[in-house]
Amino acid sequence: MSLSLASSLRRVLDLKTYKVQRRQLCSWSVTLVRHKWMRNRPSVCLCNLPRQMSTEGEKEKIDMSRFPVENIRNFSIIAHVDHGKSTLADRLLEMTGAIAKTERNKQVLDKLQVERERGITVKAQTASLFYMYNGQTYLLNLIDTPGHVDFSYEVSRSISACQGVLLIVDANQGIQAQTVANFYLAFEAQLTIIPVLNKIDLKNADPERVASQIEKVFDIPKEDCIRISAKLGTNVDQVLEEIVKRIPPPVARGDEPFKALVFDSTFDHYRGVVTNIALFGGQVSKGDKIMSAHAGKVYEVNEVGILRPEEQPTDRLYGGQVGYLIAGMKEVKEAQIGDTLFHQKHPVEALPGFKPAKAMVFAGMYPVDQSEYSSLRSAVDRLTLNDSSVTVQRDSSHALGAGWRLGFLGLLHMEVFNQRLEQEYNASVIMTVPTVPYKAVFSSAKLIKEHGGEEITIVNPAQFPDRSLVSEYLEPMVLGTIITPDEFIGKIMTLCQGHRGVQKNMVYIDDQRVMMKYLFPLNEVIVDFYDHLKSLSSGYASFDYEDAGYQPADLVKMDILLNGKPVEELAMIVHRDKAYSSGKALCERLKDCIPRQLFEIAVQAAIGSKVMARETIKAYRKNVLAKCYGGDITRKMKLLKKQAEGKKKMRRIGNIEVPKDAFISVLKRKDK
Amino acid sequence: MFVLLKCSPGLCVLRTMLSVKTGTCRFRAALSRYRYRSGETRGNASGSGFEQETEKKCGRLSEEAAIYVHWPYCLRRCSYCNFNKYISRAVSQATMRECLERETETLLHLSQVSRITSVFFGGGTPSLAPPSTIAAVLETAARHAHLPGDAEVTLEVNPTPAGASSLGDFKVAGVNRFSVGVQSLHDEDLRVLGRDHSSQDALRTVAEAQRLCPGRVSVDVIFGRPGQTAGLWETELEELLSVCDDHVSLYQLTLERGTYLFKQVQAGLLGVPEENTMAQMYDSARRILGKRGFLQYEVSNFARNGAVSSHNMNYWKAGQYLGVGPGAHGRFTPREEGRVLREARTQTLEPDVWIKEVQRWGHGTRRRIPLEHLELLEEVLLMGLRLAEGVSHEHWRQFSPDADLQKVLGTSIEVQELQDRGLLVLDDRGLRCSWEGLALLDSLLPPLLLQLQEHGGQKGARG
Repeated sequence: MSLSLASSLRRVLDLKTYKVQRRQLCSWSVTLVRHKWMRNRPSVCLCNLPRQMSTEGEKEKIDMSRFPVENIRNFSIIAHVDHGKSTLADRLLEMTGAIAKTERNKQVLDKLQVERERGITVKAQTASLFYMYNGQTYLLNLIDTPGHVDFSYEVSRSISACQGVLLIVDANQGIQAQTVANFYLAFEAQLTIIPVLNKIDLKNADPERVASQIEKVFDIPKEDCIRISAKLGTNVDQVLEEIVKRIPPPVARGDEPFKALVFDSTFDHYRGVVTNIALFGGQVSKGDKIMSAHAGKVYEVNEVGILRPEEQPTDRLYGGQVGYLIAGMKEVKEAQIGDTLFHQKHPVEALPGFKPAKAMVFAGMYPVDQSEYSSLRSAVDRLTLNDSSVTVQRDSSHALGAGWRLGFLGLLHMEVFNQRLEQEYNASVIMTVPTVPYKAVFSSAKLIKEHGGEEITIVNPAQFPDRSLVSEYLEPMVLGTIITPDEFIGKIMTLCQGHRGVQKNMVYIDDQRVMMKYLFPLNEVIVDFYDHLKSLSSGYASFDYEDAGYQPADLVKMDILLNGKPVEELAMIVHRDKAYSSGKALCERLKDCIPRQLFEIAVQAAIGSKVMARETIKAYRKNVLAKCYGGDITRKMKLLKKQAEGKKKMRRIGNIEVPKDAFISVLKRKDK
Repeated sequence: MFVLLKCSPGLCVLRTMLSVKTGTCRFRAALSRYRYRSGETRGNASGSGFEQETEKKCGRLSEEAAIYVHWPYCLRRCSYCNFNKYISRAVSQATMRECLERETETLLHLSQVSRITSVFFGGGTPSLAPPSTIAAVLETAARHAHLPGDAEVTLEVNPTPAGASSLGDFKVAGVNRFSVGVQSLHDEDLRVLGRDHSSQDALRTVAEAQRLCPGRVSVDVIFGRPGQTAGLWETELEELLSVCDDHVSLYQLTLERGTYLFKQVQAGLLGVPEENTMAQMYDSARRILGKRGFLQYEVSNFARNGAVSSHNMNYWKAGQYLGVGPGAHGRFTPREEGRVLREARTQTLEPDVWIKEVQRWGHGTRRRIPLEHLELLEEVLLMGLRLAEGVSHEHWRQFSPDADLQKVLGTSIEVQELQDRGLLVLDDRGLRCSWEGLALLDSLLPPLLLQLQEHGGQKGARG
């Protein structure tokens, strides 16, 4: 467990900081595992603590009409992993009295165990803050965002409810790959961007250098950067002031009909779906009959309120405000993210919705023990209830039994899902090597008609259409950003070329750091690219990627043959240039896991009838116990019976017996 | 259920039935098995003439037994040995003798054996035992059962100068066959193996043994030793054959966990030949021995002039044997207790504890596991197929009167595949390995055992 955790982290996060995080939190996670009833809501107790302390006295409802639109600021915080986003959020919450000042306020908005352990935010959270400035009370709505572009779906959800962002950059590490990706998300949404240089208290902090980087890369004047230490609280008040001064209030008028954007939803076992909404106009209160533009269904509002960050009911919510709404929706599906809510009697034009989340990384998931299938199924169901971006499809494999093919937004998303299953539901699973969705474009009108479209998406190699039927195959591409100290440029370029990367751009962001942009096939970066990048740069290079559409590619289906018989579950789709190396690697792995038998076994990787790679498992020439007398029978019999039992569990391909373990070790993601 | 309880005579049978799932078919199956078992020893169950014939044969099987006597002490530890042995300075010879005698007596009584077919003194280093102890055990055995004068009595001999000089005394004590642990003719290799003799000592011992018991001396050799090549081994074997008697046992070196040699190989200090070379060594040894007139009668055993070890043949033919001494294994039916199932029995390992138990209870049996009918058949296959002659129909019938080999194994596709591959033969003589098959026996046994189990299951289901 700890091994796979550490390895996943190496892939995604900065190792050094992660270790510290983990140590702080381990005692907490132990308590969690012991209390079964807490599993579903792992951090409820922690999140409740501060609230109980601070809001015990103020039971009366807040009158939300005290906050006209011009006194509202909606913003989020975006940053590279561990640049201090959640720490700053904690400080803002403390300074505005949403939570009490206490040592325990560590990343209050990060509710999931995995978020606290990894120092990342997976699920967006919201908090409303009251801030006095120049004799006026402002309502600042902090919409926390996930810190990784895998979750750009979540990020764009949050961003659409905001008018500005705080872009946090570590004054020591400087701009990292995710900083760039996050910046562009906000920039494209035309939000006001306030750069914040954090961790100025660190000995090696160099805010001047980082401010220059920001000027160079993002074209934001140096002077606009706020230099803070979220940990010590230095200059955090200035951040609050600048939010009020620089970020424009939302555009909304109270006299318009009610119109709200659903930007998030969660499921509560007792109250049903809780939707997070941003009001673009009008007002809403308990008892209102509202309608969803997407489904056209009518609901009666049971409760509205604001998040501080815990739910706090109010009588009403007004245009420009952000809060939650409960209206008897039974399923998360009813509260489509991006949907528009309005009064039943006053229809409005729907707001532009979001693109639905698109699964880009697929992996098979199987219970380690088939008897745990149904408990695993309910765990998957419950997890996907709050994460609609995971696609789930039932699948089964001769070798691994019944399971699912899951689609994730990206690699980190997959890791996080897996980790949550293990931690929150105590499930142990086998995850197969991830694959990406390819496409094929049919060549004839007849085929297009047959398949109901010009293109099909191929998730499973079994669906791969023959070359003769298609005009071209397409593979998903990503635009990768790598930021690294310049001493590693050479090695990184070699690595990128080895992963079929095409360089698009390279700029010095200061006199030692380089930002490189590469166009990669997605499947080249999802397996071990990040590990290699981290190890060859001693952990200094950072990497992130964004979707870059599909490109034609010379794809082939590679079969794995045992003595000429194809092994269905080992077939894979590869780029022709990589066919030999991946075929060879797979044959070698199989050779090591299939035991010698009474005859020679040819392990081959082939494209059509052309063999690309071959390994041979030699036949046994001698396999007999030297001494077997009276005293040896019991021991020998025990061994033979174990072998006989093992035979029953083997999969026969032709007359070759292949142990289940061989499939697992070939299909499973490597624990590095 | 109640009716069955009333008529079941023994606990073992009861247990069998209780473990059978409810359902009339199953019950009938249990009932028929019970009839067979009770017939095995008592001959009182009604049945066909065929069954009575079986009773006679099985009866004879439990009438006789071989005796294995374990001498647990050694002077030093061989680097490859993981046997039950103790390096002890002060062995109370009188106590050991008394206890070996006492346990022999107890087990003979328990088994109600009337005839002893052979005796084997193994170890440890039994040639370190006083010849008087050997004599005493043989006399005790002869007092309680018939021990024919020509019965094979083998002693394992460590070919040290001291061992060689006492061979005469052992012969006087009643030993008529010597098994000499030559292991190697290379002194350097003997050192690596941790042996306390030289090749000269070995040759002298073999000569002395041959003088005393001509035609009844066996030599043990180990091949696949660290640094050995196929060429070196062939030369060594030729050399050995020019001085040895009519019996050779050759063993591929097995690296056993926990031995010094295992650790050295693990640490990369020593390298043993790779699998292919081992196979080649075995292959060439078989050919060389064949050319010199030695017939391979078992995986590791070769004999000329009919000098097979009848004691070891008894193991491979699944005969009864009593195991006497610390850690000794036995297979017999304790008829004195009214049991009908053969038991796999193990004596207490540590000599000091074993001594105390024998003094107190008359024996040091630590574990006894009744062998179900199917388990006995499994042992018949496991051991019988090690023989070049394999398992004959007649031999099988002694243990499985109502299901012959063809019926049990002949229907399996996998068994057929093994025959097609030329590794296994099932014909009118019986079931046996081919020349190539014998070297691969451990790969042939799992499918055979599975098929046997399956047949047993079907039989039960059919009731």
